[in-house]
Amino acid sequence: MISSRFSKLLSWSYLIALYGFIFLPVAVLVLFSFQDGRLPVPPFNGVTLKWYGEVFADSRLMSALGNSLMVAIGSSLVACVLGFCAAYGLARYVLPASRLQRGLLVAPMTVSYLIIALGLLSTFNWVGISLSLWTVGIGHVVINLPLCFAIIYASMGDHQKNIERAARDLGAAEWQVMTQVSAPMLMPSILAAFFLSVTFSWDEFIIAFLLSRFDVTLPVEIWSMLRSGLNPKTNAVGSVVFLVSVALLLILELIVFRRTAKK
Amino acid sequence: MTAPVSIRNATKTFGDFTALDDVSLEIAAGEFIVLLGPSGCGKTTLLSLLGGFLSPTKGVIEIAGRDMGDVPPARRPTTTMFQDYALFPHMTLRDNVAFGLKMRNVAKRERQTKAEELLDMVGLKASAGKKPHELSGGQRQRVALARALAVEPDVLLLDEPLGALDLKLRRQMQDELKAIQKRVGTTFVHVTHDQEEAMAIADRIVVMNAGKIEDVGRPEDIYMRPRTLFSASFMGEVNFIPGTLEAAGNESISVKTVLGAVTLPNAALGDQALKPGQKITLAIRPEHFRASTGTGPRITLGKAKIEDGSFFGTHHRAHLSPLDYPNMVITAHMPQSAIIEPGAWIDLTIDPASVVILPGHPAATAQEDAA
Repeated sequence: MISSRFSKLLSWSYLIALYGFIFLPVAVLVLFSFQDGRLPVPPFNGVTLKWYGEVFADSRLMSALGNSLMVAIGSSLVACVLGFCAAYGLARYVLPASRLQRGLLVAPMTVSYLIIALGLLSTFNWVGISLSLWTVGIGHVVINLPLCFAIIYASMGDHQKNIERAARDLGAAEWQVMTQVSAPMLMPSILAAFFLSVTFSWDEFIIAFLLSRFDVTLPVEIWSMLRSGLNPKTNAVGSVVFLVSVALLLILELIVFRRTAKK
Repeated sequence: MTAPVSIRNATKTFGDFTALDDVSLEIAAGEFIVLLGPSGCGKTTLLSLLGGFLSPTKGVIEIAGRDMGDVPPARRPTTTMFQDYALFPHMTLRDNVAFGLKMRNVAKRERQTKAEELLDMVGLKASAGKKPHELSGGQRQRVALARALAVEPDVLLLDEPLGALDLKLRRQMQDELKAIQKRVGTTFVHVTHDQEEAMAIADRIVVMNAGKIEDVGRPEDIYMRPRTLFSASFMGEVNFIPGTLEAAGNESISVKTVLGAVTLPNAALGDQALKPGQKITLAIRPEHFRASTGTGPRITLGKAKIEDGSFFGTHHRAHLSPLDYPNMVITAHMPQSAIIEPGAWIDLTIDPASVVILPGHPAATAQEDAA
């Protein structure tokens, strides 16, 4: 009796410790974004929305937020289109060294963002492309393309192959097969790839930091705010970033996984 | 829309494997042709050559007199009904059926009207707005048929379309397929390994084996006057009695078999080129055994002992062992009212007109299959 109660206690404490470990930093961040005082450290003095007001009134933060959304959505769209085309080609045609090609496409996932950023930085310098949000976008395509390719490729089965064959048999040209049959059929995994890469691009820092100059994304702007010290305003903007990521994941869950479950 | 198909000396090899070996076949416009054979006989390869999904290693395929050599599937006057239906899961039935017309740039209203007409033909008009996953197997199959017919192909290719259905539904769909084919007049080329299905729907059956055509003809001819041992045994139960051709005259034929000598009408020869002295086999279907007394011509193959029997409703099915060759097992159908007594001796009596003389002796396995 005692031992069963003890093991129950143990498992509960493990559960609490585990979730605490994962969520405590975020909880602290969000809590002190409401701090009625100048420092986001204990003791907690009371609740105020003042810092959120400052965040939304800060034109630099707001334009960085706009930039982040633009880069995230734009680069994810490009990564999805490229990933879909690559997956379609490799799944549907006999290509030379297709195993090697698949490996090369997925390989960037194992390379650290820092190395990718450095490589791109020297390439842009060499080619003579000046740094801007475009170069950040290109960097995010580089890191998200392998992800999009892997997700979409994994969902292309032989059953769909036969359906594509039927479309061709009924007179569809190759581009019509891709746009009217394959892409709609694979939409759940394409959307999953899209929302995941938006989330990754949204809070990516190193590439965005090294490949941007005047216009920057939100994580880079937050980093420059942090250089002037901790401040509940940084907590507030951090909470906003977190909230958007959560919202994206919820959308992913609701739209994509609901849809697949229904089928 | 309908058109004749001409296949001349078509050969298809995959590496060392010859899937189709010098096959020639003429199909008339509006015919319902069934390619019948066991798996691996080349029937699906032949269908893929017609649809353009494979190209022949050698030989010519013409549809409506036009060489299909370099014509991709999309440009061919053929459509295919696939075994797994291959419906577009994200489209309504209406859009599925209208897809081919959309690819042909038919205006939206027109193609939707046409799609609904076809759905009406297959009895699914009320479900036009549903998605394929809401349908049963038989309904999906009907949609696949409507979709393939919507573009008014000259030739419809059906790749074992009834294979996934249960027996009752399959028989029902056979009747529907045949009725629809008669109505639209399109040339149908249908692949199956089910000989009952083939007989029920075909105008002509093409029996295939090991990449070659064994036999071509009306279901009645293939069943009752097969041209090869394979064709005879694939179409249904048959007894093979090996022997030698003794003499072939204009009127009658003398044959010596393991069950004794018999004289048969000249029409029994499956192949007129057979010469005296050649090895031959008598093919006798179980239902062709007759009572020893009665009207009409009769011949007998000696006595046989009844080993066992079972009742099948329309007949009794009995296994017999002949007196002259006790190792052989003969399967015979006897009348409903007959009394089957194991151990009793009866005469092996047949109507000579129902016997077919085929060239060659059955291989050991073929004989076992027949038994």
